[in-house]
Amino acid sequence: MSIFMQEQNDIACRVTKGNRFADGKDSFLVGALQGKFEENVIVTSVDALFNWARLSSVWPMTFGLACCAIEMMHAGACRFDLDRFGAGVFRGSPRQCDLMIVAGTVTYKMAKRIKLLYDQMPEPKWVIAMGSCAIGGGPYYEYGYHVVKGVDLYIPVDIYVPGCPPRPETLMAGLIELQQKIRQDRILRKKSAETAA
Amino acid sequence: MITPAQPKPLQGEPLVVHMGPQHPSTHGVLRVELHTDGEVVERAIPNIGYLHRCKEKIGESIGYDAYVPYTDRMDYLAAMNNNWTWAMCVEKLAEIEVPERAEYIRVFVGELNRIASHLVAVGTYGLDLGAFTPFLHAFREREMTLDILEELSGGRLCFGYVRIGGVAEDMTARAMDMTRRFLKQFRAKLDSFNELLSFNHIFIKRTANIGALSGEQAIAYGITGPMLRASGVDWDLRRDEPYSIYNRFEFDIPVGQGLKGQVGDNWDRYWIRIREMYESTRILEQVIDGFPEGSHMGKVPAVLRPPKDAEVYVRTECPRGELAFYMISDGSKVPFRLKARGPSFCNLSVFEELTRDMLIADVVATLGTFDVVMGEVDR
Amino acid sequence: MEHIDLYNLLKERFGEETVLEHVVTGDPAKGLRDPFILIRCEALPDICEFLKTDERTRFDLLHCISAVDRPEYFESVYHLFSMLLRHWAILKVRTAKTDPHVPSVARIWPAADWHEREAYDLMGIVYDGHPNLKRILLPDEWEGHPLRKDYTFPEHEHLREIGL
Repeated sequence: MSIFMQEQNDIACRVTKGNRFADGKDSFLVGALQGKFEENVIVTSVDALFNWARLSSVWPMTFGLACCAIEMMHAGACRFDLDRFGAGVFRGSPRQCDLMIVAGTVTYKMAKRIKLLYDQMPEPKWVIAMGSCAIGGGPYYEYGYHVVKGVDLYIPVDIYVPGCPPRPETLMAGLIELQQKIRQDRILRKKSAETAA
Repeated sequence: MITPAQPKPLQGEPLVVHMGPQHPSTHGVLRVELHTDGEVVERAIPNIGYLHRCKEKIGESIGYDAYVPYTDRMDYLAAMNNNWTWAMCVEKLAEIEVPERAEYIRVFVGELNRIASHLVAVGTYGLDLGAFTPFLHAFREREMTLDILEELSGGRLCFGYVRIGGVAEDMTARAMDMTRRFLKQFRAKLDSFNELLSFNHIFIKRTANIGALSGEQAIAYGITGPMLRASGVDWDLRRDEPYSIYNRFEFDIPVGQGLKGQVGDNWDRYWIRIREMYESTRILEQVIDGFPEGSHMGKVPAVLRPPKDAEVYVRTECPRGELAFYMISDGSKVPFRLKARGPSFCNLSVFEELTRDMLIADVVATLGTFDVVMGEVDR
Repeated sequence: MEHIDLYNLLKERFGEETVLEHVVTGDPAKGLRDPFILIRCEALPDICEFLKTDERTRFDLLHCISAVDRPEYFESVYHLFSMLLRHWAILKVRTAKTDPHVPSVARIWPAADWHEREAYDLMGIVYDGHPNLKRILLPDEWEGHPLRKDYTFPEHEHLREIGL
């Protein structure tokens, strides 16, 4: 419980220190309110709360294409344990996933299926292109007539993790990068900015 | 009085279910077309090619030594063995001598990689049947073997270590130490793994007497490796056609006996891999005791130009079966024709025959024992 | 059985106009490599049937089928092994460059099924009598046979146009 509270306090502090409200004013109010309530009351913005929830439980899809998939399995197994970042729950169905790790070589026969799987995932969704092949064809760039030169020709990619294959640590670094990216997502603020425009 | 309408009698209608190419238990991007009648699968047609990476065309486009990393990615779970086969093929084609120490290192890394590969096979097989814990146990051990291979080669999965004429780096004392430490505890770990999974009552119920493959059928379909041996055929290239220095070591070839059911059933195919790991530890012990001094790399010309119109066909015993390269040289710096005969490709061709009139759940259980690596099926 | 003895046996059984020649590849000055027996294309199923069933040969394992694109003709190479007698046979047949046809041996060894499909897919040799001759590795929409020497790699835009 205490760890959980710590995390919540972090959010409150972050909101206090860094974030601004939609109208662009500093959130001085939050600072003024801090410490005035019982321990289990926190004050935060909806964006920070939603992003925190999303980044802390990114569920990847059980989706291995080639060699990189073995390193992805290693990342999920005992030594590296992707679960420490909340991303160890590999799901079999795209409908339960937030994250697609394209781990391996994408071929033309497979590309259409990847697009289909991506479309089946509910929003919000993110894609990590793992390994040189998924990034840009890798060693098959020149003579690989059947290899797609980068999965981003078919689906949008958020994070590129280089390596052939990347070590599990590299994948974890990519995941942390993705979490940083999710942290900066704008959910409510974007809408108000749009109405203002 | 109202008489409730009687439910219509259930009608069996054939239904085609596509398992894969993205499916948790298809071991890569394999699509199996299941023609089902209720729970019974009338036909299961494997559909491959989702990972066709043009390996043969690449082999005909780049030089002999530049192709080594591509063999890594063919059967990525047994990269060392694939490198080794390629190196042997080119060495036979160009008549290159390999020093004795290099042969020892090759057997060392080959057997270590066999253990690493079989650990994935048995670990993920448990995963296919819903047992998650054995997977973690197997991967813990696999990490140790990978540490040793990393110490030697610098890579974790695709090593590029066995080169034409020898190996890339010499054996280190640290790797020997790590291996000794690994071997000291590995058999006990395997024993506990057996208690956890192999002799688990539920596991045996799921696997024994299912998907039995006879020896004649296996040979007719060109099946090799653990799958062939599980069907009761006593055949292993390491013993029967010894290449490299395998004739110097003492080891047994496990053959399927039908311990829990029929010969060649799923449990047998699984059990063969466990027993092969025990045998590999025996070979490893003999290798590290008998390391000779010398060079780890033979004399290789800077530019390989094998004789014109020479053809070779070289096969070795990889963890999944017999990997073979057929190569034709035209006297230039690149092969004229390169054909890779992947063991998983041939092994998978029996799948349709074997899974006829099986339950859907058993199809998954059977596919797991094939231990296919799609990189090698599609090449 | 030595490979040359096998050649003599086949020549005796099927005649010289069917079993054409025995070649040891390689350069006599720089060292010899694997041999092969060149046979006539039409006689392939009969010879294979004989090789599989005869007591002296007993080739029960079809190890590999490879297709080769030579400048003048296509080759189909068969690597046969006998688990019982432990010897090899390497057979070759040649077929024309335009409209290549080779009789299928899938009826004799079920292993040939996928190998022949692969050769058809990547090299474009049609195996007559094959039960299910269609592309195995490449998608059905694919154009051309990539392992031919005159194959040009397709553009990404073109592949998207044909629905890949």
